[in-house]
Amino acid sequence: MTSYPHAPGFIAGDRPKVVTARFEYDDSYTLERYLATGGYEGLRTALGKPASTVHEEVRGATILGRGGAGFPAGTKWGLTPQGVWPRYLVVNGDESEPGTYKDRLLMERDPHQLIEGCLIACYAAGLSQCFLYIRGEMAVAQERVATALNEAYAAGYVGKNVCGSKFSVDIILHWGAGAYVVGEETALIESLEGNRGMPRLKPPFFPAANGLYGQPTIVNNVETLSNLPWLMEHGVEAYMAIGTATSPGTRMVAVSGHVRRPGVYEIVNGVTTFRDLIYGAEFCGGIRGDNTLKAFVPGGGSAPWFTPDQLDLPFEASQVGPAGSMLGSGAVMVMDHTTDIPAAALTLTNFYAHESCGKCTPCREGGTWLQRILTRVVSGEGTDADLEQMLEVGAMICPGSFPHASSERLGLAAVPFPYKMTTICFVGPSAYAPINSALTLFPEEFASRVTTRKTIPVTAVGVGS
Amino acid sequence: MTTTEPTNDTVVDPNAVSVTINGKTVAARKGEMIIAAADRTDDFIPRFCYHPRMSPVGMCRQCLVEIDTPRGPAMVVSCMTPVAEGQVVRTATDDVKKAQEGVLELLLANHPLDCPVCDKGGECPLQDQAFSHGPGESRYVEEKRHYEKPIPISENVYLDRERCILCDRCTRFADEVAGDALISFTSRGNNTQVMTFPDEPFSSYFSGNTVQICPVGALTAKPYRFKARPWDLEQTESTCTTCSVGCRTVVQSSRDELVRYQGVDVDPVNWGWLCDRGRFNFESVNSPDRLTNPLVKQADGSHIATSWSMAIDTVARTLRTALASSPETVAIVGGARLTNEDAFAWAHLADALGIDQRDAQLADGLPPEVFALPQATIDEVAASSTIILLAPDLKEELPVLYLRIRHAASQCGTKLVELTSRPTGLTPNAWKSVVVEPGKFAQSLRTSALDNEIVERLAQGSVSIVVGRPNLAESADSVVHALAELMHLAPHAKVLPVLRRGNVRGAITAGLTPQQDAGDTAEIMARAANGGIEVLVLLGADPLADLPDADLARRAMAGARFVVAIDTFLTPSAAQAQVVLPAAAYAEKSGTTTNIEGRVSAVAQKITPRGTARPDWMIAVELAGALGVESGVHSLDDLHQKMIDHVPAFAVVGDAAQVAHDGVLIAHPHEVSLARVEFDAAERNSYNYRLVLHRVLYDSAVGTITSPSLKGLARESAVVVHPLDLARIGAATGDRVAVTSPHGSIVITVASDEAVLRGTAWMGFNLSGADPRELVDIDADVTDVKIEKV
Repeated sequence: MTSYPHAPGFIAGDRPKVVTARFEYDDSYTLERYLATGGYEGLRTALGKPASTVHEEVRGATILGRGGAGFPAGTKWGLTPQGVWPRYLVVNGDESEPGTYKDRLLMERDPHQLIEGCLIACYAAGLSQCFLYIRGEMAVAQERVATALNEAYAAGYVGKNVCGSKFSVDIILHWGAGAYVVGEETALIESLEGNRGMPRLKPPFFPAANGLYGQPTIVNNVETLSNLPWLMEHGVEAYMAIGTATSPGTRMVAVSGHVRRPGVYEIVNGVTTFRDLIYGAEFCGGIRGDNTLKAFVPGGGSAPWFTPDQLDLPFEASQVGPAGSMLGSGAVMVMDHTTDIPAAALTLTNFYAHESCGKCTPCREGGTWLQRILTRVVSGEGTDADLEQMLEVGAMICPGSFPHASSERLGLAAVPFPYKMTTICFVGPSAYAPINSALTLFPEEFASRVTTRKTIPVTAVGVGS
Repeated sequence: MTTTEPTNDTVVDPNAVSVTINGKTVAARKGEMIIAAADRTDDFIPRFCYHPRMSPVGMCRQCLVEIDTPRGPAMVVSCMTPVAEGQVVRTATDDVKKAQEGVLELLLANHPLDCPVCDKGGECPLQDQAFSHGPGESRYVEEKRHYEKPIPISENVYLDRERCILCDRCTRFADEVAGDALISFTSRGNNTQVMTFPDEPFSSYFSGNTVQICPVGALTAKPYRFKARPWDLEQTESTCTTCSVGCRTVVQSSRDELVRYQGVDVDPVNWGWLCDRGRFNFESVNSPDRLTNPLVKQADGSHIATSWSMAIDTVARTLRTALASSPETVAIVGGARLTNEDAFAWAHLADALGIDQRDAQLADGLPPEVFALPQATIDEVAASSTIILLAPDLKEELPVLYLRIRHAASQCGTKLVELTSRPTGLTPNAWKSVVVEPGKFAQSLRTSALDNEIVERLAQGSVSIVVGRPNLAESADSVVHALAELMHLAPHAKVLPVLRRGNVRGAITAGLTPQQDAGDTAEIMARAANGGIEVLVLLGADPLADLPDADLARRAMAGARFVVAIDTFLTPSAAQAQVVLPAAAYAEKSGTTTNIEGRVSAVAQKITPRGTARPDWMIAVELAGALGVESGVHSLDDLHQKMIDHVPAFAVVGDAAQVAHDGVLIAHPHEVSLARVEFDAAERNSYNYRLVLHRVLYDSAVGTITSPSLKGLARESAVVVHPLDLARIGAATGDRVAVTSPHGSIVITVASDEAVLRGTAWMGFNLSGADPRELVDIDADVTDVKIEKV
């Protein structure tokens, strides 16, 4: 087997470890190490109980989806219609939200944990087949998961009569081909079916009722499923003891940007605050070079931005939402005082305009329109009318008031999450989110960039000079 | 008298829901989308990607409306949001209007606004809705998208990607409706574009439909490009008679010249679709080669123009002499090009003159007993639980019937059982495709070629049998015998006979079919060849090109003493006629036509007939006058009334409004059943390949080769065998081979195809190049040939 060096990024600490316990071992991805550290015990425990009990336990543990929307996994499993077969589990390993690289580590460093999670989910929710979709660019993750799956098949953990029980399930691997939008669950299903990765409108058809090949389908994130082995092994009470009642457990957060130690950290849900994460000695250790914090993105590139005003919010959806943003995909991007805010917004908008699949008009046309205006503004050729126009185009994608954080400096009150949208998925609004945040929270950085547009008085038209 | 108890037997429709749209209550059905329900009110919701005959995609986002949800008002796309009981919908609030204006501004952002030079300008949904639902002004000051414009994506369709608003209508049509997914989106985001695959043109038989449903001028069809502006068009609704499906069309003209046909959406037949052959063959009507004057043959064999009175007089004199010797020396062949009224006028004249030898089929159809079986309509076929195809490739012969059956099989759960010797256009949608050797259909059915699953399925539920001639080198008997076997397995089945020629059903119903046990076309031709026919009247028939037995056709045309050809072009047979009378073409005459189901619908005149051409009925009436037969017909209305009075089947055609749109089904003749017959096709002998002569959509039919846009689409004839047989012959693809039957021999190009059964040789009917009809003996059950390299 080819051996890869560990991808950099994970920093351990003295905190509860639910999904990263094995990360300290160099050979954490092998079956040998996995079994030596209690691997597949959770599966055996689950198989010893009726499936409905396991489902109830997961529901009771309130494992919030770690993909971005934060929908409880146990509840999601219960949405499939009764008596319709076959039904599928699709694992969303197409992690591509800007700033997010936690699922990659889970797949590279502990692929067996993910496989075990898939098996437990299939058993509990009565799913007959599992499709593991891994992002096209993640070569190491692909190889590690594939190798692990071969090992697991050979050892009888996957396939017919798992661990000698009556439960059988197959896991099928599929590599993506490089499109951000395929991280959206319905686009992922389209891609899996061999079509262009374009999202489907829901309603009317949610994947739980009508998903892959028109069958009931559960789409879960890699991290969500990776929680299941620990939950099975240690029980609901132990799980609920970590974090808060509304968001129990831990979550993986990928930090990037101007901090001393960027990387992936397993933080405690609802307890750890952004200040802990950015400044804590066991986490990022503060802003680089003793610079000051200007802004940070709390939940992946598509989340509205926060400023130092929001540093004391914990990782808790019920507090971050009203404050005007979302926890999203577990990615924090930190910007210090040297950051050129309009240029930072442009970097993100460029990404979303480029990644638009082209299906919905507002995203396809509006994204590029925003990109062009902002490019002009950043290069110093924009006018004050351009700034207004960006808000107007944004309103075509997201009608009504767009969420943003409060700002003591500007005397602004927060507009709570979520936003309305005229598109099917979140790619369109995501192209606008950084612009809205930047314009709302740092208007002076734009004002100094643009000239005042000269307007020609109507009466002068046609008079000649 | 007792008081009756108030009964409570009103059946509540479980699928009925009631919604409120802009304060008005609208009755809708479960599963219906809001936009479909709103279309029944006066409130128009703007849309681009939504098309009622295709599944919704929610792509353009133009049809945003507001509905009340438990979490307050929400903006949803009305094309993908199903109605729900008590739903409250608002389509024109300030928020909705703002959203709709926003989407329109975005759609127009990269649109070139070249309306003044765009064919769609004036009938453009984008233009119209920009006015009705747009913001009026654009704030987009950036550079627009640029692409090379326009690029041809097939022989007849051009794509302008700058105008395209990416609504997914054409691509969805190609994939979902036509089954020819040859165009698709490429690139993404702002660079998304509709494109063909590399080196693979959009050569679909249905490409013209994408032009019709394109909501902008992105797709244009070569035959219409820059020919007219919509506001200069005159139009009338009519029925296509290119084949026998009877698609409803709109015939459009400008300056008394046909410029375009568009499909009309009628529920029972074509759903708005047309095939390209039917759509683009209007060019044939405008052809400079049309016959414009009566012609008479001179001593040297050439034709010279003459007056109608001279021509009619000559025909009348000759007819009178022939009839005086015996009416059996006179025969009328053809009639499928005619309207019902034309056919009736000729049949009525023939009745009066005692001419019993008449046949609208050219030995390429089905015997009359098939029409006496319980008949299925297209809708009934599509709605049946099982469809059996004992027919040629419908995609090639009756393309729009193919679309309807494809829809039933691919989207409505209808099980399709196909009996065929080679994969057809419907094979991908077939539940079971049963491969049967050519010539052995009846035999195989008798010896249980069908598996138990099929046999069980045929015994229950509704069953429709679509029956036609898969092989013109085989006698019609084998099809009839196979049909008898199927009817034995499914006695309750209904039958849809598929005959390719336009109004053949109507001509037969009107009386252009053998009377009093007189012979059919094959026998008439044999008699003519033996010198037994004095006068042969060809009603738009061209035996030299269309009779499956070329040798017999040649001998018959030489043997008939006096041939009168009534046609629109100087066809090979007309070129041998003593008198040629120019007939008014499609769109130059009014009347009614009858499709395969027996549905009578109106055809309408739009332009003046070319030259002195006249409708066929008028020629019959004039000839009757010259022969002293009182017809009492002075107008088309007289004739129509007389036809309704005289032909019992047409008695239902009284309702003019119905006839003018959906059409009216004629009464079916009494029902008979087919007797099962022991029928053993000859085993192949030393002539070791069995010949299959099949039709293709683009052949040398006169309407196709006289339409410049279609002419180039017809292929050269070739013989296709299995690759292993090709090796056995010792030839390579493209070589010339000699194909010999006991009846004749031709030299033809050879090709191979793995889908062809070993021991069979396939040739297209009526193509340019070597003519396989030379090999066919019309009296033989099957045609076996040998193939040798030359």
